Amino acid sequence: MALLEVRDLKVVFQRRGERPFAAVDGVSFDVEPGQTVGLVGESGCGKSVTSLAIMGLLPRRGNKVTGSVSFEGTNLIGLSDKEMRDRRGRDLGMVFQDPLSSLNPVIPIGLQITEVLERHRGMPRKQAKVEAEELLGKVGIPDPNRRLSEYPHQLSGGMRQRALIAIALACRPRLLIADEPTTALDVTIQAQILALLAELVRDTETALVMITHDLGVVAGLCDEVNVLYGGRIVERAERHELFAEPRHPYTHGLLASIPRLDSARGEKLLPIKGSVADNIPWDGGCAFAPRCPNALDVCRSSSPDLEGDERLLRCHNPVTPAVAAGEGTR
Amino acid sequence: MKSKKDKLDDLAAASAGRSLSGEAFRRMARSPVAITGAVITGLFVLLAIFAPLIAPKDPYERSMQGSVQLGKGIIPGPMPGYPLGVDDFGRDLLSRLLVGAQQTLVVGVMATLIGLAAGILIGGTAGAVGGWVDTVLMRFVDVLLSVPSLLLAISVAALAAKPNQWTVIIAVSIVTVPVFARLLRGAMLAQRSSDHVLAATSLGVKRRTIVLRHMLPNALGPVIVQATLTLATSIIEAASLSFLGLGDPDPSRAEWGLMLGNASSKFLDIRPELAYYPAIAIIIVALGFTLLGESMREALDPKNRR
Repeated sequence: MALLEVRDLKVVFQRRGERPFAAVDGVSFDVEPGQTVGLVGESGCGKSVTSLAIMGLLPRRGNKVTGSVSFEGTNLIGLSDKEMRDRRGRDLGMVFQDPLSSLNPVIPIGLQITEVLERHRGMPRKQAKVEAEELLGKVGIPDPNRRLSEYPHQLSGGMRQRALIAIALACRPRLLIADEPTTALDVTIQAQILALLAELVRDTETALVMITHDLGVVAGLCDEVNVLYGGRIVERAERHELFAEPRHPYTHGLLASIPRLDSARGEKLLPIKGSVADNIPWDGGCAFAPRCPNALDVCRSSSPDLEGDERLLRCHNPVTPAVAAGEGTR
Repeated sequence: MKSKKDKLDDLAAASAGRSLSGEAFRRMARSPVAITGAVITGLFVLLAIFAPLIAPKDPYERSMQGSVQLGKGIIPGPMPGYPLGVDDFGRDLLSRLLVGAQQTLVVGVMATLIGLAAGILIGGTAGAVGGWVDTVLMRFVDVLLSVPSLLLAISVAALAAKPNQWTVIIAVSIVTVPVFARLLRGAMLAQRSSDHVLAATSLGVKRRTIVLRHMLPNALGPVIVQATLTLATSIIEAASLSFLGLGDPDPSRAEWGLMLGNASSKFLDIRPELAYYPAIAIIIVALGFTLLGESMREALDPKNRR
């Protein structure tokens, strides 16, 4: 049994007077301790909603979550507010996208760490302070003792994200969800933060769910990658396989749209045309069909299933490995 | 002799722990408007506190009653020992103004504090709990807000069987409640959907801690600023109630609104200064609090951060 087993997770948003809208539409994946699993996709594909659903952080009204999220055998969906609060921070941690707005501006960094230590590990204030200093040092913040009494706006962007990671890891959760943790940072800091996350996962056997739109992050960090489109997983593969041989036209398009060091001079980047549709038309056809260069008639009439053993693929007409290997296919 | 390293450490320590309010304070210290407001309010508060010591005469003693001849239209003006002259009962005007400052300060501060407490309770509860509690509380606040403030204060004051200083304070404070409540509720709602509250929730922080430590302190800024501005309007409203005769029934009381009311209705043609001085005092004090409040609002506005 895996540490985290997500099965057929579905999140339907329902506003009064509007048609229900499935932001996440039957997502399943496993995460083992010490493993890093990526959820990749462009804005609006449901990756953040998936993470909020796992953490039980979706607003109480206006949505319906079905399926199961089993963490060490306990289904988190349907747990009471109180039980979920006890687990959050202790068993499950989360790192958010914008480190400045995710820290409370009016209280010092130190208190934001000790607060969690006191809450979940029952530490007295003094001991929590020592532990907090140690944590800040561990995530690579220089002069941690001084930083304890500083406010978020006095730290640099990279340091804030390190502080957030320190807070999320304060109670040594067994699962960490990182929702675009590097998007708000510049490139050199991004690399440092990713290296820090990789190191922490390796050292503490924490399971990491990495949510990102950045394939560079995936390439450096994730063991297994789930590509999401329109609230469903369209392709799942081990990292190297995915990069070497993208089978789904969407994955292929994502890879073709990023610049590479080894591409020939003057070669054009290929964007994926169009954007994610607001309402997801999975019933009666493939959601990606309107943007897909490989679309056949069958793609517009019947919705493909997720198939395969090790590698999963949801496509009627996948990119063939030979074609994917050659560039400029379209 | 301190080494260079020690000095550097001191500098670092000084810059550490610098809070948002600390930065706002430094910004205010550079603004002439803030300084003017602070000087006026500072002077006013000092004068009010030490009024009984500063006042040259007893404000209630009719020491010059013999010189007042209302029938002939004579109320003596400034003279040695009475720098601003005397009122219609021969009492020293300066002393009455000074003691009146104390009255004004007490009424203004008490009314604002009571209104603030009630507003924080109502607005904070509505914003933190939400749902039907929010709806019920806010409709109640809307009703209060729909009545013009002075009219509301007059109605409350008129309800009092035995009007005194406290009925004025209560009447004025009720008027300030809806503004505080609405302001705090709005700020709490904004906090509820903020990233750092979501982050705190994702750490399993208890609801009470989230409300009291993560939402309320972040939402309180605009309310505190509003309190300074409300002090000005409370002072004016308290004076208005006394002016209209809805305050303390004792007509001899040294209270600016009452003094203004008496003088303007009876002796404006004989000695208009008797009405001018309390009016000017009310205006200057209200202006001081308004300047201070406005510059506080500006300094705390994150958009002005440098």
